[in-house]
Amino acid sequence: MSSTLPAGAPAAMPTDPELEDDVLVRVDNLVKHFPVKAGGLISRTVGHVQAVDGVSLTIGRGQTLGLVGETGCGKSTLARCIAGLIPVTSGKITFEGRDITNLSRGAMRPFRREMQMIFQDPYGSLNPRRRVGSIIGDPFSIHRTATGAERKRAVQELMERVGLNPEHYNRFPAEFSGGQRQRIGVARALALRPKLIICDEPVSALDVSIQAQVLNLLSDLQDDFGLSYLFIAHDLEVVRHVSNAVVVMYLGKIAEAGPKAPVYDTPRHPYTAALLSAAPAADPDSAAARQRIILTGDVPSPINPPSGCRFHPRCPKAQELCSEQEPPLEIKPGDPDSHLTACHFPVQAGEQLARAGRRERR
Amino acid sequence: MTLLSVKDLNVTFPTADGLVKAVRGVSFDVDAGRTLGIVGESGSGKTVLTQTLLGLTPGGDVSGSAMFDGIDLLKLTEGEMRNVRGAQIAVIFQDPLTSLHPLYKVGWQIVEMIRAHDKSVSKAEATERAVDLLRRVGIPRPEVRVNDYPHQFSGGMRQRAMIAMALSLSPKMIIADEPTTALDATVQAQILDLLLRLQQDSDTALIMITHDLGVVADIADDVVVMYAGRAAEKASKHDIFYRPHHPYTKGLLESIPNSSAAAERLKPITGQPPSLITLPSGCAFHPRCAYVMDRCLTEQPELVAVGEAGVHRSACFLPTRAVGLGDETEELRRSAVGEGRHAAAAEVAEAIAASPEAEGSVIA
Repeated sequence: MSSTLPAGAPAAMPTDPELEDDVLVRVDNLVKHFPVKAGGLISRTVGHVQAVDGVSLTIGRGQTLGLVGETGCGKSTLARCIAGLIPVTSGKITFEGRDITNLSRGAMRPFRREMQMIFQDPYGSLNPRRRVGSIIGDPFSIHRTATGAERKRAVQELMERVGLNPEHYNRFPAEFSGGQRQRIGVARALALRPKLIICDEPVSALDVSIQAQVLNLLSDLQDDFGLSYLFIAHDLEVVRHVSNAVVVMYLGKIAEAGPKAPVYDTPRHPYTAALLSAAPAADPDSAAARQRIILTGDVPSPINPPSGCRFHPRCPKAQELCSEQEPPLEIKPGDPDSHLTACHFPVQAGEQLARAGRRERR
Repeated sequence: MTLLSVKDLNVTFPTADGLVKAVRGVSFDVDAGRTLGIVGESGSGKTVLTQTLLGLTPGGDVSGSAMFDGIDLLKLTEGEMRNVRGAQIAVIFQDPLTSLHPLYKVGWQIVEMIRAHDKSVSKAEATERAVDLLRRVGIPRPEVRVNDYPHQFSGGMRQRAMIAMALSLSPKMIIADEPTTALDATVQAQILDLLLRLQQDSDTALIMITHDLGVVADIADDVVVMYAGRAAEKASKHDIFYRPHHPYTKGLLESIPNSSAAAERLKPITGQPPSLITLPSGCAFHPRCAYVMDRCLTEQPELVAVGEAGVHRSACFLPTRAVGLGDETEELRRSAVGEGRHAAAAEVAEAIAASPEAEGSVIA
């Protein structure tokens, strides 16, 4: 894929220079390959896990970009590259117009204040032997922005802001429930007033009633602080709820991207259509009426991805061409400017993709 | 035909911190060929409930009865239980990687399962059956894959292998404990589809334990909603989703993001689930309930018939007619709360309204 992108709109991928001010993060043709080593004493590289392979996207200021895809599609790797936690193989990442690709630790430091992460596992991401006050206060010490009593006051303000009791300053993570721990993670991410928070499956480990509490909190914080989110989740309804724009990834590449409404309402990539039809809806009538597209097989290995379109071995619409030629990510006829699809034979309105009819209940 | 009838099941675990009351007086029936969904959040007792039926909760104090096909599962010795487990009631667990032995071939593990219950089957016959089973659950090239180790299978295939193992002795009932939680959406759809198809082929009863209301909406016939070890509501799937009575069920439904209300704010349930050691007095849900009334603080509500048909049961003091999510019902609930709430409950209601997650849904 070339790095010149078709014109795009709001959050998905604007290229209009006038819109450039609204872009917080721009990712250009990002590639991240992990070497696969083999051998004993002298290890040699026998292949590469093509975790992210030529992904371009933008995150708008104050916007939420949803990133969806199945296990192994590269969404977490992409997030870690953007956050500068792992070096990229090639491509470019800019933050407010400044190139932050593969910066040294020192050079990256000022950007770390502006970019924070919330992780999936509220149990694993907090040190169990440290008090929450000191965990949330870490960013202040690391960046030397507040000390002593000032730091304590700042931490307690943060705790209150995310809905924790500030008196619990001296408690340990084990004394909090899953939802409260995720609030601790949010408070820590918020400490330095970042511009971007990368949320990697922030509510996947939480029960539904608690999940709603955390989602509401994230949305309030976005309004109050003008935050941008890169929101990674496998739950499509959650992503639909929080996002302005959505990127669907499959095996290291973008399958479809665009503003939320067209991607959800009129998906053009068969993979997006299948994902949407497979997501369980908490509504018995619509679940019974829905034509499910049951994909065959599993996601192939990213070490040796299929030729041509990476989705072709599982695609109900696959033809000869799909295995030979990789489809470019482009605007399909009839779609708005910002809705991009990488497919040779995009889904048409009203097209029936379901392989098997809905199973009948007696 | 009722296959399993659980009556007044109680399970407690003595621990150093106190008595954990994991399951408190739960009753339900499962019919052959039907699917019962048990829904609840972490710690609601849904897993303990079903594991107790199979004698898998050592150290727990169990009371009540569980009649399965004429025998009381809770009175079986370990040896007798071993003949039931697997052969008559099979289990599928959440994590297919840890439920398969990593050092044995998948096929061998199915053969072992078959031969453990019926020694007259030869190894060759059992292997043939294993290949057949793997084919039935949709494993490609089963005659080759039968010799694979679990790590050579993907997550979805491992869960298929677990299902094959569960089916190997044609059980009358399958208990599936969050069988698709660890799987991706497209694979989850495959597995649910498979489970339903197999169930219909063989008229097996299925108990599906899940925290995902989407899964329940998809495959259950009847639903039990559990909260803090008790059944909060019991009804047909349609009653639960369209005519909920218990405020907890209503709260669960309203906290799910759904497409029709994409732009709206979510309405979470305030607070956290209670500790099973120090349960709240009266109705265990009252410290989180927007409709809390005085009697909720002191009396424990029993399951009573609500709605119209009589099969819909709910453990809540709100008027029995107050089912559904509409405005009229809400009016009914509010007027009941107006009469039933005095000083004591008003204090609780204020605490709920003051919690950071409250979204103005509390009647203060």
